[in-house]
Order: sequence, then C-alpha cells, then structure tokens
Amino acid sequence: MAFELATSPVQYKPADYKTEAHNDWCPGCGDFGILSSVQLTLADMQIAPHRVVIFSGIGCSSKIPHFVNTYGIHTLHGRSLPFAVGAKLANPDLTVIAAGGDGDGLGIGVGHFVSAGRRNVDFTYILFNNGVYGLTKGQASPTLRLGVKTKSLPQPNINDGVNPLLLALAAGFTFIARGYSYDVKHLRELIRLGIEHKGSAYIDVLQPCPTYNDINTKDWYGGDDRKDPQTGKALPRVYKLNQNDYDPMIGPNTNDAEIQTKLGHFIEKAMEWGERVPVGVFLKNDTVPSYDLRIAERIKNYFDAAPARRTIADAEGKPMADLAGFFEEVRVT
Amino acid sequence: MPLNQLSWMTGGAQGSGVDSAANIFAKACTYGGLHVYGKREYYSNIIGEHSYFQVRVAETTVRSHVDTVDLLVTFDAETVIRHGHEVASGGAIIFDPALRDTPINKLNTLEPQVTKPLLEKLRREELPATMAGVLKMAERRGVKMFPAAYDDFVNALIQELNVDSSRAKKTLNTLSVAVSLGILEYDFDMLGPALEAQFKGKTKVIAMNIKAAEKAYNLGRSQFAAQFPCKLRKVKTAERRLYLTGYQAIALGKLAGGCTFQTYYPITPASDESVYLESHEVFPLRNDDENGRDPETGSIVVVQTEDEIAALTMAIGAALAGARATTATSGPGFCLMAEGTGWAGMNEVPVVITLYTRGGPATGLPTRHEQGDLRFALHAAHGEFPRLVLASGDIDEAFHDAVHAFNYAEQYQTPVVHLVDKALANSTQTVAMFDLDKLRLKRGKILSEAELASLQNGGYKRFAFVEDGVSPRSLLGSKHGIFWNTGDEHDEIGHITEDPTNRVMMMDKRMRKLETAAGEIPQREKFNFFGDPNAPVTIVSWGSTKGAILDAMKVLQDEGIAVNFLQARLIHPLPADEFADILRRAKTTIGVEMNFLAQFAGVVREHTGIALQHLIVKYNGRPISRDEIVESVKNIVTKKTTSRKVVLTYGV
Repeated sequence: MAFELATSPVQYKPADYKTEAHNDWCPGCGDFGILSSVQLTLADMQIAPHRVVIFSGIGCSSKIPHFVNTYGIHTLHGRSLPFAVGAKLANPDLTVIAAGGDGDGLGIGVGHFVSAGRRNVDFTYILFNNGVYGLTKGQASPTLRLGVKTKSLPQPNINDGVNPLLLALAAGFTFIARGYSYDVKHLRELIRLGIEHKGSAYIDVLQPCPTYNDINTKDWYGGDDRKDPQTGKALPRVYKLNQNDYDPMIGPNTNDAEIQTKLGHFIEKAMEWGERVPVGVFLKNDTVPSYDLRIAERIKNYFDAAPARRTIADAEGKPMADLAGFFEEVRVT
Repeated sequence: MPLNQLSWMTGGAQGSGVDSAANIFAKACTYGGLHVYGKREYYSNIIGEHSYFQVRVAETTVRSHVDTVDLLVTFDAETVIRHGHEVASGGAIIFDPALRDTPINKLNTLEPQVTKPLLEKLRREELPATMAGVLKMAERRGVKMFPAAYDDFVNALIQELNVDSSRAKKTLNTLSVAVSLGILEYDFDMLGPALEAQFKGKTKVIAMNIKAAEKAYNLGRSQFAAQFPCKLRKVKTAERRLYLTGYQAIALGKLAGGCTFQTYYPITPASDESVYLESHEVFPLRNDDENGRDPETGSIVVVQTEDEIAALTMAIGAALAGARATTATSGPGFCLMAEGTGWAGMNEVPVVITLYTRGGPATGLPTRHEQGDLRFALHAAHGEFPRLVLASGDIDEAFHDAVHAFNYAEQYQTPVVHLVDKALANSTQTVAMFDLDKLRLKRGKILSEAELASLQNGGYKRFAFVEDGVSPRSLLGSKHGIFWNTGDEHDEIGHITEDPTNRVMMMDKRMRKLETAAGEIPQREKFNFFGDPNAPVTIVSWGSTKGAILDAMKVLQDEGIAVNFLQARLIHPLPADEFADILRRAKTTIGVEMNFLAQFAGVVREHTGIALQHLIVKYNGRPISRDEIVESVKNIVTKKTTSRKVVLTYGV
C-alpha cells in the first residue's frame, strides 16, 4: 500500500493539513497557491498526515514543510532529493514529496535532479519556478532567460535559462507536468496525478515572485498587457494542454513510432514560451520500473521488511543477522 | 631464521595476479594453523604499475609488517629491482632467469627517484644496469639466488594438459608461490584448498594450477630447500579462525550491527566495503522461520549515489525513517559530506560515517596510507554540534566498532564518524572468530505508536528539553509522532525560531549529549592500555599503528626496554581524565601517528593540558613498521635522538 486510506469517506479535512507555524512569505507570493494545492490534494486523497513526508531544500519556498501538518524535513540547499529518496527507500510505505525553488533544485541541486531521474524512485517533486533567488534578494536563478533583467539585477542576465521540462525528460522522470500557482484547482489535480504516479514525478510550477521578478508577473502570465480589443478582457498567456490534441501517456502498448511522435510533441510544447505558456501533464510514462521494484527483484522481501522496518535485534539486543555463512567464506581453521 | 617465523613478499604489475598469489600463499599458511598478517601496496592505476604484498607468518598472532624480507618471490623484473635491497642477508630471491638481462632503463614504470640512485649504486659496484646487476648486489650481501625457469613449467603444462599458452601462463603466480612453499618445506596439501578458495568453482583452472604447482613445489624442495634455513610447519589449533581484510571486517560488523541501508560513491580505499556489502546483501536471520530458515530474509539496501553529498544526505533520510543507515568514504568524499554532517548534528539524526583515511590533501596519495584526517573528522562542518569519533586499531576492533558506531549514533542521536585507514582497510590478518552472541544492539530512545499516542501536554515534541539531552525519537510514518526538522535553529517540535533563549537551551541540550555519552560508554570501548603501568616509556597512539606498536613492544621488552601503550579508541569525546591520570604517571611519553602535525598529540594536549615529550610521525604514504617503532623508540630512550619530533621515512 502506498498510502493509508481513511475508513470513512472524509476523515481528513484540509484544515488537518495546516499548522500554526508563522508564515513569513511576502504578501501576494505565488507560494501560497502551491501550499494550498498541496494541502487540498492531501485532503482530496485522504492520505493520513503521518504517512506523508515533505522534504525541501533552502529558500523561501523550502519553508513549505513547516506549514503543512505532515512530517516536514527542511534540509540543505539543493539536497532535498537525496534526503527524500533515502527516506522512501528505507520505508516505501511513506508518501514522499519534495519541494523547493528553482535555484535550489536546478542550480546547486541540479546533479541530484538528473540522478533522481535515473532511479525513478516513487516520489513527487514540486518545483517552485519563479526565475529568481528570492531569499537572497533577487539574483538570477537557473530558469531565468538570457538577457532578461529582473528588478534587482544590476545587469541583464548573462546566463541562459535551463528548461526544466526538457531536463526532466532527459534525466528520466516518468511523470512530467507544469502548473500555475494561481490556478489551484488545476494544480491540485496535477499534484494528485503526480502522487498517484508510481515513479518519479516532476511538477514544474510557474510561481510569480511579486517582490523580485517584475517580468514574469501574475499580470504577465494573465495577459493583462494584451487585452482583447473587442471584449477588453485580458488574453492569458497560460493555457491548458488539451487532451484532444496532446496525449502524454506512454504505456506498455505504445509503439516506438508513437513514442517518437509523443516525444516530438513534448519537446515542442516544453519549448513554447512568451506569447503562450502551456500547463498540464506533459508526460506519463508507465513503462519504466520504479526503483523499489528494482530492489525487490534482488531483495525478495523488501516491501515486507524494508530497511526502516526490520527487526534487527531480539529482546536482549542480540543481533538477528545470522552471518555464519559469510564467516564460513573467510574461515580458515 | 627460526621455524615458523617468516617475512614473505611477492610483487608484480597490477593486474598480473599479485593479490591472488599472496592470498594463495597466506591461505595455505592459515590452513596449517599459522597466523599471518598481510600488507598490500598499490598505485592509483588499473594495469601495469607495480604493486606488492608482504605476508608475515608466525605461530602466534602477527599484527604488523617489518622492513626486511626473508623470501622475495618474483615473476617479473621490476619486483627484483624495487625490492632486492629489502631482502635480509641469509634470505633469498626466487626469480625468472629469462629476465636476467632486463635493462633497468627500459622499465618505464620505475620512477627516476628509484632508478637514479640504483643505477649509481650499480655503477659503483661495477655491476650491469639490469635485473642481474641487482641480483648480484643482493648476492654480495649474502642473499641466496633461486632461479625458477617458469617457461619450462608453462611449456610442460601446454604439452601435458593440452591447454593454450595464454591459459598456461596464468599459472605464473601459482608457480612462484609453489616454489616458495617447496623451499619452505611446507605441507603441499595445504595449497589445494588455498587454490580452491581462490578460484572458487572453476574446477579446470584449479586442476591446472595444482598440476603446475606440483612441479614447481618439487623444484623448490629438491633444488633450493637445503640452502634456505627458514621453514614452515603446520601447527595444531583448536581456535576457529578467520582470515580477512579490514574492509570485510567492517562490512560484517555493519551487518551484525543491524545496518540495513548503506550509501556510497566510488572512492579508494572505501568502496571495497560497499561492493562487499552489495555482494552480501541478503542473508538469513536467527530463528527466523520455524519451518526452516529462509536464506534471504535479512538484507541490506546498498545505493551507489551520484556523489558524496547525496551519499550522506540519503543515509540521513533513511535514518530519519528508522533504518540503521551509514555511508563509507575517504577524505575527498568526506569533504563533500561536511554540510550534511552538520545538518545531522543539528537535527539529531543517528547516522554513521565510516571514514577510510588516505594520503591527503586534495587527491593526495589516493592508494596510500595516512592518518591526516583526524582533525577534519573532529571539526568538519561549520558551527558547533556534538559528534562522536571513534578509531579502530585492528581488524577485530574494526568489526566491533562498526557495531558500537551504530549504538552510539542511536543512543546519542547524532552523527558518528568511524575512523579507519588505508592500512587497516587493505591489510589482511588471521583473527579469532567474531562472537555475535556477545554483541548487543542498543537503539536508544525510540517511541512506538502506542507510546506516542499516550503522550500528554500537547503531544509529541521531537526536541523536547530533557536532562540528558537525548529527546525520544519518533520515526517518519509513525502515528501521533509528527515532527519537523530544519537546518535552522528550531523549537521543541522543530519549527524555525531565532529566539535567543530557545537558542541557548537548544544548544545546551544538544551539547549535553556528549556528557551523557562520556558517562555511559564503557571504558573498554574508550581506550586500551597495554603493558606494565610502571614501564619507563609510555607510547600514545590511535588507529592502525596499534599492530606495529604491540609487536615492537615485544622486541623492545626482549632488548630490556619496557614500554606501555595507551591506545585511544574514542577520540571524541576524549576520556581526558583517564588520559591525564595515565600521562601524569608516565616517565617518558611518546606520541606515534601517521601524519605531519602529530594531530592526536595536539588533541591530547588540548584536553589534558599535557604535551607528549616525544613524537614519532610518518607521512610518506607507507604505514609504520614494527622495526621503525623499535628503532625510533630505542633512539629516544638512549637519547640518540635529540629532536622532539622523529620523522620516519622508510617504504617502497
């Protein structure tokens, strides 16, 4: 069982996933939408709070574990993924979520991001993508594009931005999605799909930083600068991938030609930016075994006796391991 | 040279089977009830550079290597050239006469630092600049020459067994070992099981090697044995004994200690341990099934990570979930683990780091020995937090300390650094069978779900202020046990706070755990004291120098110099009061360690205020030998040495 289902239909309410810890995010921060999406999703899914662990790195967004009433592990800058992977492999019953900013995950932590894809451990990674390092006063993050000059940059960005969706694909993430922090309804659906996915799920969340990113603002995503001349309504840049013309599913019956076509569409949509910014599920690949299944191939009782749940000693503290066979390999008299 | 006292050495190009040869010889000795100690030296290279293996054999425990060789067993020219001068007068060299004319200049794996003085010496002695010249030089010192024409054996094998020449040539190591066993007049029947152990299950290979060995053994016995005084004889023993390598002992200790999760990133000399664990990932449990034991119910998950940062942080994640989790690395990898170590200290996570030290700084001497990381192990990471650092002196201690490390980590909920070193990791030794029955796993304060449910006063607080500093743990996933961790300073449930009063209370609580540990850990796990307390000389040391010091004490005793030895095992928290007591009573104090700064002597001074009078240090990448300890201690006692610090430099 990946998570414990409640006995009655609604045992846990959204409020059960909230804490009293003081939240010091800036007013209007995009982080709030992601926080409520996480809380609502857990309530939607009725996962008992104690079955969930949220890992984060360092930065504004990485404070999120303190605001969710689940186990919350606020780790080191860039390191949330290996911490999360360690916990999940030690106890595969946990629902493991990693969360953090784009600087954290794609700058200092990008090596772990790529390596996580190779393993396909069953966890969900939510990346708060706002193009800046907020907590250190607005330096350019790894997703900010070349030549863009956000508010506190002394010069336009001299580096180009990395495309997290393409990187996730290259790394091997088997579920890749993008959401928008001001569309909570859509985002909570993406997070649910991510958690339900058996394998490494990456959810890129466009999250305007109202304090330091004055380029990709809520108004920019919402298209406030380009109103329909007839209706006077804004023409939003963010739009949802349509199930009718974009199918993210790769399953056991998807043939090679179809996979080629799907990956082509993926790349096309992942690179779309500027006038139109797609959100939704970009990829769901169910053909790659998750890491726990790979372990269970070698350690047959892995799920019944995972590393964190083994009895290692008897009541007196004597070791349970019987190493006679290993000693025999090196015994000489 | 008396019976059953031997220093044996073989060498050759890496990849040519030097290790196999030495292990076959050593195992043949051990099967006959003899004790052995093996020292392995090798380059940071896969194929071609010179490696060598010294094996000491005796009837009683051997713990160290010596600087002389009684029997040098070679099948290439370079080994003769590099080690010819180490062979004792009265000793012997087994060599391939076909290689006599190999010019020293043509061996591109020999460094100019080796060839220049050697060629100069040969010139002075008017000898040819070839392997033959080196042999002649040794012969002039009274070393016996035992030519073994390996080609003849190989050709005979090709004809008799109808094998191709490349296969037949693979018996070269066995041939050289067999010649040496013949010379030593050792029981030939001990070789069969040694070959079987080496070439597990490869029946054809074993048969071919036995066939080859017979002839070579007979050559040694009939042609050379009469000229060589040293002999090996089987002895009876009732002891159940293991012959293993340091890293194997640590790996087995981890399994015995209930470790279920190990991470690593490949690095010399630490990764051997992880590879061993991965190849032993499933095993039976005691009494685990009344219907017959399942051989695969116990297990350890071994994860090769993308780097050492991930290695430690992944182990921490597993430890938070409740696994006994660990990582193994050496200096450069531990540098990358500094931040994670601090995080584990801040969040009171029990995690064990097995640190195999090697020559530093930077890449340093990646395959060579040093104890230069002691200060780093004590201080790695910014800020102040409690940690325990323990150091093993030999293979038996390494096994037991691997268990202690997990006990300490869980009892005091903090990172534990288990310091071992290259010399210990790669040396082999016969040791008495480990007794698992005597081990006790102490998991410290872990709350069950029922205990968590029964908590009053607002429920569970992960970092509750408690007297001994050790707040009961809840494991990830436990009902009623939710907590938060953060690298920031935090309150009792784990939320960030920068409140100054809380800061002081939390710092005090964490640091108090060291006092708790110091009070609870039994003295025998903290240090060893060997020898007569009233001896006029006290040696203070730590780590793998233990063997050389203990073996040297016997020699010194025979020469009328009584020495006692204080060996530190728990480096932090250091048992300062006990150390001060011993050092105040000591007349002459000598610190021995394998680094430039005499780091441990500094730690002793820091905690006791006592400066050791003399220091013996070594940092040329080669471990201290028994002989070096004997000589340098004698020089200090007889006042031949006047400087406080003696730097040892021997090694090939």
